[in-house]
Amino acid sequence: MENKKLVEVKNLRTYFFVEATDKQITEHTENFDEKLNALYAGDKYLKGKVPAKAVDGVSFDIFEGEVLGIVGESGSGKSVTAYSITRLIPDPPGKIVGGEVIFKGKDLLKLSFDEMKDYRGKEIAMIFQEPMTSLNPVMKIGDQIIEVLLKHEKISKEEAFKKAVNMLEQVGIPAAEKRMKDYPHQFSGGMRQRVMIAMALSCHPALLIADEPTTALDVTIQAQIIELMLRLKKERKEAAILLITHNLGVVAETCDRVIVMYGGKIQEVADADSIFENPLHPYTEGLMSSLPDPDKPKQLLQAIPGIIPHILELPKGCKFATRCTKVFDKCWETEPDLIEKGKSHFVRCHLHG
Amino acid sequence: MKQENILEVKNLKVKFPVAGGILLRKVAEVKAVDGVSLELRRGETLGLVGESGCGKSTIGKAVINILKFSSPDVDISGEVWLKTEEGEVNLLSLSRNEMRKYRGQIQMIFQDPYSSLNSRMTVGQIIEEPLLYHTKMNKDERNERVAWLLEKVGLQAEQSKRYPHEFSGGQRQRIGIARALSTNPKIIIADEPVSALDVSIQAQVINLMQELQKEFDLSIVFIAHDLSVVEHISSRIAVMYLGNIAESGPGSDIYHKPIHPYSKALLSAVPLPNPKLKNKERIILTGDVPTPMNKPSGCGFRTRCPIAKPECADSVPVLELKLPDHYAACPYVSGN
Repeated sequence: MENKKLVEVKNLRTYFFVEATDKQITEHTENFDEKLNALYAGDKYLKGKVPAKAVDGVSFDIFEGEVLGIVGESGSGKSVTAYSITRLIPDPPGKIVGGEVIFKGKDLLKLSFDEMKDYRGKEIAMIFQEPMTSLNPVMKIGDQIIEVLLKHEKISKEEAFKKAVNMLEQVGIPAAEKRMKDYPHQFSGGMRQRVMIAMALSCHPALLIADEPTTALDVTIQAQIIELMLRLKKERKEAAILLITHNLGVVAETCDRVIVMYGGKIQEVADADSIFENPLHPYTEGLMSSLPDPDKPKQLLQAIPGIIPHILELPKGCKFATRCTKVFDKCWETEPDLIEKGKSHFVRCHLHG
Repeated sequence: MKQENILEVKNLKVKFPVAGGILLRKVAEVKAVDGVSLELRRGETLGLVGESGCGKSTIGKAVINILKFSSPDVDISGEVWLKTEEGEVNLLSLSRNEMRKYRGQIQMIFQDPYSSLNSRMTVGQIIEEPLLYHTKMNKDERNERVAWLLEKVGLQAEQSKRYPHEFSGGQRQRIGIARALSTNPKIIIADEPVSALDVSIQAQVINLMQELQKEFDLSIVFIAHDLSVVEHISSRIAVMYLGNIAESGPGSDIYHKPIHPYSKALLSAVPLPNPKLKNKERIILTGDVPTPMNKPSGCGFRTRCPIAKPECADSVPVLELKLPDHYAACPYVSGN
């Protein structure tokens, strides 16, 4: 790729420490490395708990100007990956136990809490699924945007006000100056998401992380928000978007590259066209074929059998082995590596090793 | 051949009161459903689609009379005719006691598999409960039926002693389906049954519903907002907007050749899992859905409609036959 790397995530591991039975404790603590042992020795809280490996060795890059999608079902680790980048993992029970997140040459995981504050909202902004819970319900939305601007930029209150109005206009809120005085509950779901986007983009972040930004919205409103995000992206050539979603339709419409996660690991990475036309991992294939296709004759859907196992009961080898229709002996014993098959198309599967 | 109707909804209107002032008197009313007529044919799946607030769930609840008995303030009018072996009966005219007789024939599956199962009852008790009220089975017969139902929905009979929290979302939805099937219903009202599930689990539950439909000769009203899922499962689809039906007709016709401007916009807004179609032409509707409280006069869709005319404000458009078995409530479009 010609574009510059904006973020480099290297071997990121985020674990959640959960209470466990004695049997689980012996099972899950025998393969501890030095680092984990040290962690346990130094922390009383961890006694009697085992790590649930929500994100377990995830590496990827985000390039300037791209929309990178992370897809996967609930519990696959997609949101935890994104929250780890901004270090918004609740500790306890969560901990980022390893890896690096290099953003513009600095490892975000090594920054202090206060240093990190300068990045959040300014360099890296986030929008969430439910805009009502992420806006302050007792504060006028204008004041909320101004607050962000005053915190991160050296401008006067008047300038911040003007800029906030301008942002609201850009995201398509009618009578923006008047609506600055309104509270979040006076906006509809789609409008609240626009306010969130306006707030997130107000400081021109280099990276926008969008966690299921359209999932709570109706289809026609979802189309509006997608169009808005794509338009804003075109206007800011260098900025990148990391989009977390389970909706493959939204991915196809917005993303340049796609990461498919399952069981806390990346299973496949490729550009959007290849993921949809030539999925290599049986899990990706299964996701595609379980969607109804209105252009094909009606028949039963090709569902992926079974359910995602409990995070402490994931198989030792390939994490997808319990549900894979093409599973063979080797899959149970050793976990495949993420290997390159074709130009920038990576897959973690013994069938392709 | 047109199948006979098993359920007919005629001019259903549901109005919710809006309380206001210090005395919380009724100050206004919300017309959630504003004169809807529907027919469900024997053995078919009727898809009911629309955005939040369009009244699709309210129809489901009104039809099985939960609304009437649980919220006495709600003003419900119209008729809901159920065909039974002893003839037709208007469900809306029944008292709570009379309704009991028919409740077993028409059952409901809910969206949220987490809140629709009693967390303090075992799965066996949950599935057994309708049998206690609607059948005269003894304990052994009931246990046998629960075990049989669990296996029918792809779970194991031994799991009847477990509690709902021990199951995943998809499994819980299977339990909800087993409960709905326990009384041998003829009709299932499924309110967003797969919306809360992951894609791979969604497909399992859709397949299960289709298999059970064949086996038990069920007629299903499938309420959902995901159009590709509705198209897949439904023989006919009704598209709703602000309490009225905008268009109804055969499923694949509605999906591939929508007539009403709202259905057209709704379908073009669905993101398709194919990057090649990224730049397809889409109709982006401006603005939000008005709330049913301040519904526009005349055609409810006119404030967002790309082809709205001044006349649209004058009267509420009625459903007109545009193509065989295909109706649309807009005088300015044709089926060709």
